Amino acid sequence: MGPQATADHGQPVRVVLAKLGLDGHDRGLKVVARMLRDAGMEVVYLGLRQTTETIIDAVEQEDADVVGISMLNAGHLTLGPRMVEALADAGLDVPVVIGGIVPDEDRPAMAAAGVAGVLGPGASADEVVACVHAACGP
Amino acid sequence: MTDHPEFRTLSGVPVDAVYGDGPAPGEYPYTRGVHADMYRSRLWTMRMFAGFGTAGDTNARFHELLKAGGTGLSTAFDMPTLMGRDSDHDWAIGEVGRAGVAIDTVEDMADLFAGIDLGAVSTSMTINGPAPILLAMYVAVAAEGGVERGRLSGTLQNDILKEYQAQKEYLFPPRPSVRLVTDVIRFTTAEMPRWNPVSISGYHIREAGSTAAQELAFTLANGFAYVEAATAAGLAVDDFAPRLSFFFNSHLDFFEEVGKFRAARRIWARWMRDRYGATDERSLKLRFHTQTAGVSLTAQQPEVNVARVALQALAGVLGGTQSLHTDSFDEALALPSEDAARIALRTQQVIAHETGVANVVDPLGGSAYVEWMTDEMERRAEEVFAHLEDLGDGSLLEGVHAGIESGWFAGEIADAAYRYEREVNAGERIVVGVNAFTDGDDPESRRLLRIGQDTEDLQRKRLAAVRQARDDGAVATTLARVAADAAEPTTNVMPALLDAVRARATVGEVVDALEGVFGTWTEKAVV
Repeated sequence: MGPQATADHGQPVRVVLAKLGLDGHDRGLKVVARMLRDAGMEVVYLGLRQTTETIIDAVEQEDADVVGISMLNAGHLTLGPRMVEALADAGLDVPVVIGGIVPDEDRPAMAAAGVAGVLGPGASADEVVACVHAACGP
Repeated sequence: MTDHPEFRTLSGVPVDAVYGDGPAPGEYPYTRGVHADMYRSRLWTMRMFAGFGTAGDTNARFHELLKAGGTGLSTAFDMPTLMGRDSDHDWAIGEVGRAGVAIDTVEDMADLFAGIDLGAVSTSMTINGPAPILLAMYVAVAAEGGVERGRLSGTLQNDILKEYQAQKEYLFPPRPSVRLVTDVIRFTTAEMPRWNPVSISGYHIREAGSTAAQELAFTLANGFAYVEAATAAGLAVDDFAPRLSFFFNSHLDFFEEVGKFRAARRIWARWMRDRYGATDERSLKLRFHTQTAGVSLTAQQPEVNVARVALQALAGVLGGTQSLHTDSFDEALALPSEDAARIALRTQQVIAHETGVANVVDPLGGSAYVEWMTDEMERRAEEVFAHLEDLGDGSLLEGVHAGIESGWFAGEIADAAYRYEREVNAGERIVVGVNAFTDGDDPESRRLLRIGQDTEDLQRKRLAAVRQARDDGAVATTLARVAADAAEPTTNVMPALLDAVRARATVGEVVDALEGVFGTWTEKAVV
């Protein structure tokens, strides 16, 4: 396990991965799950058709460090900020990383809404791991 | 063959329709094509997939594509419609009209095809879970416009098995869902002779990450499963099999793709004749639509995707496709813009009219490599069929069900996807513009199609207006009949669905009625 696989609590970084909403394209999320696992992180894979509520339940139960959600249906501007707000409302200080088809011009809006990282098509394993690690904070 | 100038090379050399020995195109086992003279007598249908925003937005794109020389329509529905939810459902927030067109009621369907003669155009509808409902809406709209259902020509994707394996847009558990597929087959066989009731689709299996051989094998296995289901429902194989159609991906490895298409025809012909006892030669002929590989498109230097699409489209044509959708170069960034969609169509027109490849049938036939690859694809597919037969105690239908229930298909596909990703990461595979040749990306130059929140608000208002104007009592009566007919396994639900959509029941209401009988399905989340 590399040094960047651990969070500041000294345990492996624990990531909840989910498809938020109706979109069923799960190839990317499954690949990301294996990339993170290969990098020594702990992955809680929730799979398809999750809601902000089911994701928050998992974050609480699994004491997760990061939430990764994936969407390829152009819903990120609505659903991304919604996930961030829902976590804040639940009193959880857990960063959100979004993967999928997010046009570059939407990135500032995503950052402004509190999304900690965006991963687009073609991101390498190193980029994926680095993005999750950066989202966890220094 | 007449010495028509079209069948000379660019330099004036006359060329024959076909070269080489062995079974000719149009002859069993159809490895070389389903027609003797293929594109000489009729080019493939240039069928561009389109759908976004409201029905009115997509209708305008349809008119544009027809004006630009497109010869068939193909409808992309938005995620709530694909999942059988109305635009005012909680689940639909943020998704209305974004990745396809929003259809809630028969009124939307009427607007979608406004000004288009449904008796003259062929229409493909990419919909699976709610497919019988959308077919009922299409039939109802045509009837209201004076076109009898028997004259309608088109294709309903209606391939639910690959949803559990790959695309994941299922509503009900697999077994009642397969019953709905056979209900549609029974209905169109009896009443819509020009309609393809199922488009057995490898496209999504491939996009989810499978190999070419897996795409071929899983798709044909699903086809065999539908044949077994429809015959078990009482149909004779030659009554419906001529109307089964297929849909494949055309990916980047050129000769592998051509071999896959050729193998598909040969396997289908042999299994249909020898295993399922078909005697009508139309039952043996595998006809297919092709789409270039969306997953191969890059967000980096997206203009380069025009070249990828052209090469993939050429593989589809040399593989003998009956219709073709070419992806737009900007699809890794957003929904296709109008300019990008036009370039994609023009790419097909260049292949059809400038390159000369349509002048000769199966021009790669006889190439040692292509023939070997065709055999190899077939051999690998047969291994999968044998495995599924084992799982199903001799039944492909049961084998496919078993593979779905255990997560076998999804696991095989995820393994292949990850293998590919690791190869790209390790630099063992070059992806131009992504892990090599990365200079020259210009994000500033992009003009992407954006679907705003106003679409969602507008669609909700339209839906509210339909709910307001209709007779709720009639809707409730028709929905009760949908549920009652669904509860009788041998009753065809199509007539009840037609009544319900005519009464202005929404997609979501009909799905709820069916869900009350069939239940829902949650897959095992496995990575």
